[in-house]
Amino acid sequence: MNPVMLRLIVTRVAVSLLTLWIVSVLVFGATELLPGDVAQAVLGQAATQDAVAGLRAALHLDQPGWLRYLIWLGGLLRGDPGRSLVNQLPVTQLIGSRLPNSLLLAALTAAFSVPLALTLGITAAVKRGSLYDRAANLVTVGVVSVPEFLVATLAVLLFAVKLHWLPALSSVRDIHSVEQLFRSFAMPVVSLSFVVMAQMARMSRAALIGTLDSSYVEMAVLKGARPARIVLRHALPNALGPIVNAVALSLSFLLGGVIIIETIFNYPGLAKLMVDAVSTRDMPVVQACAMIFCAGYLLLTTLADIVAIVSNPRLRYR
Amino acid sequence: MSGTVASARRLRLPITGAIGATVLIFWLVVAVVAPWIAPYSAGHVASPDVLGPITRAFPFGTDYLGRDMLSRVLLGARITVGVSLVATLLACLAGVTLALAAAARGGWLDAVLSRVLDAVISLPSLLFGLVVVASLGASMGVLIATAAVIYTPGAYRTARALAVNINALDFVTVARARGEGTFFIMREEILPNLLLPVLTDFGLRFVYVVLLLSGLSFLGLGIQPPYADWGSLVRENLEGLVDGSPAVIMPAVAIATLTIAVNLLIDNLPTRREVGDGR
Repeated sequence: MNPVMLRLIVTRVAVSLLTLWIVSVLVFGATELLPGDVAQAVLGQAATQDAVAGLRAALHLDQPGWLRYLIWLGGLLRGDPGRSLVNQLPVTQLIGSRLPNSLLLAALTAAFSVPLALTLGITAAVKRGSLYDRAANLVTVGVVSVPEFLVATLAVLLFAVKLHWLPALSSVRDIHSVEQLFRSFAMPVVSLSFVVMAQMARMSRAALIGTLDSSYVEMAVLKGARPARIVLRHALPNALGPIVNAVALSLSFLLGGVIIIETIFNYPGLAKLMVDAVSTRDMPVVQACAMIFCAGYLLLTTLADIVAIVSNPRLRYR
Repeated sequence: MSGTVASARRLRLPITGAIGATVLIFWLVVAVVAPWIAPYSAGHVASPDVLGPITRAFPFGTDYLGRDMLSRVLLGARITVGVSLVATLLACLAGVTLALAAAARGGWLDAVLSRVLDAVISLPSLLFGLVVVASLGASMGVLIATAAVIYTPGAYRTARALAVNINALDFVTVARARGEGTFFIMREEILPNLLLPVLTDFGLRFVYVVLLLSGLSFLGLGIQPPYADWGSLVRENLEGLVDGSPAVIMPAVAIATLTIAVNLLIDNLPTRREVGDGR
């Protein structure tokens, strides 16, 4: 680690924190300052004036916007995002019961999709222009350009309905054995993996091709090095940075996918909590979930950039 | 400008691009003429058979209430294509205008615009959509505006990167030396050289908007009944999935044909160098 690299990384982290702050303003602004009376919406049209006024005061809705933002941000930083408007439970408790489920889903998906996607991307790059490469390209373009719910519904149709390999629905409760774990998670993990893998395979293919096109690889070819050696010893080490970068970026696509997948499979995760909170207009829950998702997303994209910085040898030996 | 038209005439699409263009034009035409070619009206319960199979009378099967799926998919094209087109147009108009202004003016305007729009881009789009729908409800106007706001930064980024390069070229410097105003330089000097890449970008954004809006509808938080876009059609017939009912497959396939068609088309559009408008 040298000063140049350190400065780049510190700058990058600072930009992420600044972005997270702007995001908090956007999230709060979008949910609180736009027209529409939350108190009235929660209590319904039949509520008495007193009840609405009482709830407005309890929610600090009678105070100016900037003050409410500061109260909200302060609560968030102290780890207290308030209580749900619907069932009065603390938001931390609601999130605490769901977050581990979502993290487990994400971890299983990553463990399943990363090795497969890298194999697919790297082999496609090595056999560039072959029938295999073009077929892989067609499939991944297809998966990238259709909605996540289409990928998921087709996966259910194929693996659960037609082939009867996997059960269509998952339940996280009552898991006592590895086999049960596999059976209940298989379908959500497989569908989510399809979404993430296509992106990851495309990006890692592009990264490796970039290296294979460089003149030192051409030199290795001219010296008569074996193809396996060229890829494994010459090209891959230099493509590793961009590939890890691609993996981290693709995993950030998990977030969009996870919202759809958890809804389809009725999976008790954080995204399902947020979607349900949106339909009941439970603002504190929506805000807290949105901030967690954005923080996760920024964390992954920042990691991707830091990997790119660290893996750049021109910065390492300065 | 005449150079652009002439090279557009020379434009030859590879076969995959032609397929994409055909499918896209098909759906655009359907979106316009749907009410006249649909066999039934959207709400008409045509069959006692719910989630029925493909038959001669119902080529796309029937939905969860026994309505004709073919009619519902054709009429849904109107909403999906129409709403997405309007939102994409707004996003690209706003993005390109801001980008031209940022490139031609530079300085603080450029810096502020770039920073703020970068923050918007760092939000996952579906999440942003959910947050707005949570506070404003899911009316069609809100959905169009939300999609437009979400994809403005992307259009801005692409157009700004190109516009900054063009802004540095000699003919822009000459125009500036002649004493032309910012607006003239934006419209007459930079914009004509941006059109083709901006068109490609428009196609890409259109796909994103279609995916976002059908995703929201699929969650039940997008287009609301009595209107139904393709995403809502998939959602309302989802119970038919375990039996492989065409009512859930057909609208999903419709979305796929549209988005893949646009992708095929823009992948095969000629690049700047092939068109040869001198760089």
